[in-house]
Amino acid sequence: MARRYDSRTTIFSPEGRLYQIEYAMEAISHAGTVLGVLAKDGVVLAAEKKVTGKLLDLSGVKEGGYGGSGEKIFLLNSNVVAGVAGITADANSLVNFARQAAQRHLFLYNEDIPVELLAQRLCDLKQGYTQYGGLRPFGVSLLYAGFDPHYQFQLYHSDPSGNYGGWKATCIGANSGTAQSLLKQEYREDMGVEDAVGLVLRVMSKTMDSTTLGSEKLEFATLTLDTATKQPKAKIYKPAEVDALLQKHGLAKKDEDAEMR
Amino acid sequence: MDVSFAITGKGYVIIAADTTAARSIIKMKSDEDKIKVLSPHLLMAYSGEPGDTVQFAEFIERNIRLYHIRNPHPLRPQSAASWIRRSLADSIRSRRPYAVNLLVGGYDPAEHAPHLYWMDYLGTMAEVPFAAHGYGAYFALSLLDRYHDPEANLEEGIATLKKCIDEVAQRLVVAPGKYKVKVVDKDGVREIEL
Repeated sequence: MARRYDSRTTIFSPEGRLYQIEYAMEAISHAGTVLGVLAKDGVVLAAEKKVTGKLLDLSGVKEGGYGGSGEKIFLLNSNVVAGVAGITADANSLVNFARQAAQRHLFLYNEDIPVELLAQRLCDLKQGYTQYGGLRPFGVSLLYAGFDPHYQFQLYHSDPSGNYGGWKATCIGANSGTAQSLLKQEYREDMGVEDAVGLVLRVMSKTMDSTTLGSEKLEFATLTLDTATKQPKAKIYKPAEVDALLQKHGLAKKDEDAEMR
Repeated sequence: MDVSFAITGKGYVIIAADTTAARSIIKMKSDEDKIKVLSPHLLMAYSGEPGDTVQFAEFIERNIRLYHIRNPHPLRPQSAASWIRRSLADSIRSRRPYAVNLLVGGYDPAEHAPHLYWMDYLGTMAEVPFAAHGYGAYFALSLLDRYHDPEANLEEGIATLKKCIDEVAQRLVVAPGKYKVKVVDKDGVREIEL
């Protein structure tokens, strides 16, 4: 039955389903995990990188840009960081759109775009691709960690259908169900950023396939307020900083593994 | 011939504008409201070329209303003022520019602070503690230099405003007889009688 209705995004099946969107969601559930936790004084994001291997040249990502490898975690605007799960090529295009939308808002209103508004802009685009002919939807889910003066720190999630919602802690990608139930157990309302970092790393280490965590498998970012300027400060960790953080939380690789590299 | 003043104080902005609509030497109307309420925490006094003023003010009013309907949260005073300034700056570079001068005052519930912006038809904008447009400005600004207090409560603010109005009444040949006065603070916008 499905085969007659799943070739086009724009056509409902007799059961009232849009198969292409469901397939897009399926694609995401195989992608690297992205996890976000909202704390009192900040937001924490972590992402599992799937593209790894001994032969991968990582020399370019050590110092470049904002940090991170630019595979999973992106700075969308000075007050929003996003983690993406799904088809990387689609994600890049969405990230570009989001950055433009944020700059357009800055140009018009001379303020950083409110986080929900940015999520809305992206969802309007994503929704369009579920309706207009001949197009496939974006195979990407995003987690937005942001700050604005209206609602302070926020965490949003959006999926390929164009739905979005605010969360205290959530997870997308592979094993997201497991991670979410772990988060449900361990999340506390009064958590600070430090606690949230610990929680994120703990959950991440439990849900990822590999037994040991390292900067070649993990991307990490926090969004906090700069104590001096009271402006949001996004920090995407560089590989060395990720390793240092894992060391601090006792989740790093053992020494003999390091020698093997 | 329009005269408008605005003063900030502790947690509020007062905006006053005369109520005369004149053409040449004739008073056509003496109860014109030249202060628009743009949003629950935003006021805008407008003056300048008759016709342009109302047209431009309604354009701004409706666009800000649209933003509030479309988006999850209202525009903050700073952002609204930036957008209004941009509209004027685009206008002056068009074939038929609006000749409108503005005072935009608002209260930002997000940071619990009042804001006042002075704007002219060229697209100049400045955030100021007090402001005036029209002939009244020549008298009021020096007076406000002397008497304005950013920590003043509402009664003291109104007293300072009255000083400005009295000074203009005493010295300006074409002084307006009546003013409309509006206040914006944490509770929103309201009109007050002097």
